[in-house]
Amino acid sequence: MTDQAYNFAYLDEQTKRMIRRAILKAIAVPGYQVPFASREMPMPYGWGTGGVQVTAACLVPEDRLKVIDQGADDTTNAVSIRRFFQRTAGVAVTEVTAEATVIQTRHRIPETPLTEGQILVYQVPIPEPLRFLEPRETETRKMHALEEYGLMHVKLYEDIARHGQIATSYAYPVKVEGRYVMDPSPIPKFDNPKLSGNPAIQLFGAGREQRIHALPPWTKAVSLDFDDHPFQTSKAPHDCDLCGARDSYLDEVITDDAGGRMFVCSDTDFCAGRRAKGHVGRLGEAT
Amino acid sequence: MTLATDALAGGFVEAPVQSAQAFREILEVMARPGMIRRVSGATPPAPLSVAAGTALLVLTDPTMRLHLAGAANCPAVRDWVAFHIGAPLSSAEEADFAVGTWDALQPVSRFRIGQPDYPDRSATLIVECDQLVNHGPALTGPGIQTATWLNLPETAAFRVNRGLFPLGFDTLFTAGDQIAGLPRSTRVEAI
Amino acid sequence: MYVAVKGGERAIDNAHQWLAEERRGDPAVPELTIPQIREQMRLAVNRVMAEGSLYDPDLAALAIKQARGDLIEAVFLIRAYRTTLPRLAGSLPVDTGAMAVDRRISATFKDLPGGQVLGPTFDYTHRLLDFALMAEGATQDAPPRVGEANPMEGETRVPHVASFLNRDGLIETADASDTPPPDLTREPMELPADRALRLQALTRGDEGFVLSMAYSTQRGYGRTHAFVGELRIGTVAVEVDIPELGFAVEIGEIELTECETVNQFKGSKTEPPQFTRGYGLVMGQSERKAIAMSLVDRALRWQELGEDFTGAPAQDEEFVLMHCDNIQATGFLEHIKLPHYVDFQAELELVRKLRSEAQAMQEAAE
Repeated sequence: MTDQAYNFAYLDEQTKRMIRRAILKAIAVPGYQVPFASREMPMPYGWGTGGVQVTAACLVPEDRLKVIDQGADDTTNAVSIRRFFQRTAGVAVTEVTAEATVIQTRHRIPETPLTEGQILVYQVPIPEPLRFLEPRETETRKMHALEEYGLMHVKLYEDIARHGQIATSYAYPVKVEGRYVMDPSPIPKFDNPKLSGNPAIQLFGAGREQRIHALPPWTKAVSLDFDDHPFQTSKAPHDCDLCGARDSYLDEVITDDAGGRMFVCSDTDFCAGRRAKGHVGRLGEAT
Repeated sequence: MTLATDALAGGFVEAPVQSAQAFREILEVMARPGMIRRVSGATPPAPLSVAAGTALLVLTDPTMRLHLAGAANCPAVRDWVAFHIGAPLSSAEEADFAVGTWDALQPVSRFRIGQPDYPDRSATLIVECDQLVNHGPALTGPGIQTATWLNLPETAAFRVNRGLFPLGFDTLFTAGDQIAGLPRSTRVEAI
Repeated sequence: MYVAVKGGERAIDNAHQWLAEERRGDPAVPELTIPQIREQMRLAVNRVMAEGSLYDPDLAALAIKQARGDLIEAVFLIRAYRTTLPRLAGSLPVDTGAMAVDRRISATFKDLPGGQVLGPTFDYTHRLLDFALMAEGATQDAPPRVGEANPMEGETRVPHVASFLNRDGLIETADASDTPPPDLTREPMELPADRALRLQALTRGDEGFVLSMAYSTQRGYGRTHAFVGELRIGTVAVEVDIPELGFAVEIGEIELTECETVNQFKGSKTEPPQFTRGYGLVMGQSERKAIAMSLVDRALRWQELGEDFTGAPAQDEEFVLMHCDNIQATGFLEHIKLPHYVDFQAELELVRKLRSEAQAMQEAAE
């Protein structure tokens, strides 16, 4: 049921046009952060207002929406955002990655490979990959214009000098089509390889920071590294204790106060799907 | 000023849903250069195609400067734009959006290509064509898995435009209710 | 056996219900009405209107009630409502020279045309708790005013102090401009910002933040030697041009607080010695905010006046403008409550790996 008090997908038409224009420019210049006049939303800045505005500008009534936070469909903020769109756009919702046409996500890319025709919308807190090296927007804007990314390489190199490896484990920067260095939002670097050459459209919305950036399908996004220190993904060296998956990203769950813990898939749909097919992990129960 | 009664017709009947549906198609064609899709909802006066009129309704408003090129710059179209969109008409050099045939839009070097610190401040051209087919020059680049083909009106101008990347204009091609896209990032080769 | 956490939906519903109960408090105590909040919590209402950028005392009072007195939460409610409203027209600039003033003071002249009007101020109250206000049911009528009423009553124009100084060429002039100011709520913030955009950000900025920035300039971080040339509070007419009529019509009145500072200025490489100005204008009676705003405005003008950048936070436009909005700030601050276990897990793996490698190296060395 759509709430008739609001326009379809909440935003007024002029706001949607403004966001849609920004999305198209972001698609045309992959990895470049397009400024947009982010609106105040009925949820706080930092809680997905950028993603919500991008999703609202893209949704059609025929869509089937999936919302995840930390890979899970049932975390409270994911529930809250999904309800918002059920109420204001009347769209169908799903937890099954393969059935969704639009997926809004915070901090994960689903394990199930995406397909053409799907749109993945990321919630982005700080879209500027150079922000923690240079706090000034006026400076970082110049650095992107001049393709001056030396500072980033120096930082990564200092990591190697000090720790023997690059000490960035999430929000790991990528270079898009050999031009813009882009922040992929705080996904674990485990997910970085899925950014590149993905058949789906990937849109990134940062509400408070008023920026939208994008990766069109099949776009090359290379995680920054050095020849002698190539990029490596990482995950907990375990299998999922519920479904036995060996290759999915895992959450660590503390089970008692004596150091007991278990590891489970962060992607709840992926894990449930495997269990439904009869896969059982160390602590799982056959269904 | 009196508006011809035709100007009052031809807008979206149900704007929120129709513009959302049309935008999704436009997003697809911009994200996948060369892909041809159909859009509808607008019935603009001649010589504008349904697709061009729909794209204008979806993307332009009083905050966008619009350049009507050649035959598109006629009283019927101007009245329709004034009533349904309210976009101020502008010269090619200042335009955020421009619509017309490829010939009418020449020289395309007039259009805004953005600035190094704001490459998004560039024009989007809506090029009216007789037909759109996946035949002709080869397209490669972001949005394209290996290669695709589209009957572009020429290749030289788009190669020059690609050479300006990340600056450059972006293009939508329209024919009847068909629409295709060519962002500045696409590499074009005559074959 | 671990069962994956489910039940987010039920938890949210229950939380909302509990929140409603908490808002109401003890049902034996009568519920607050909107008029009560509007009339008796007027300064809170003013702050919510100013930072919410919406002049509507009833809605501000409603927001305060709904937010259980959390003013930033109330500002947020107003902002989220405001952004859905259509733009029907732009008003003409308000004329504060034609303000019907309730309060008007100058710290720079003992007396001046129009006179000093103390108005309803806390300034000379002794901050002693008034236990009489605690007496239940006792209606507190305002004591009758002594002596002459508002001496400004009936005045149509109250000249600005700056205009007296201007007559002698002692103070910088600000040229009138018909350029429409940028609209912070409709366009993304672009830096460097012009003065109109800075003032717009400051007037809806967090009162506490703007106050602290202003205070820091007084303590030497970007000192501007400010005097309150004039502070005035009162109502002004809001007018809108109606093209069909060919003239402007008054659509209502709003209460404003305006502060203009007079700042000593020894001259710079580009400007002659003269007084300079800082400006503050805030919706409602919000004089702390208006004074603070005028100090920060003046500090941010260092470049235009050819002064040195001393590295003071209040001189740093990007620092001030990007951090003065409490709705942005509180949202981002509070979002760290949300689950971050995916990133945290990535960090956990990294730290474990770094530790085990460090340990291996140490063992190899021994």
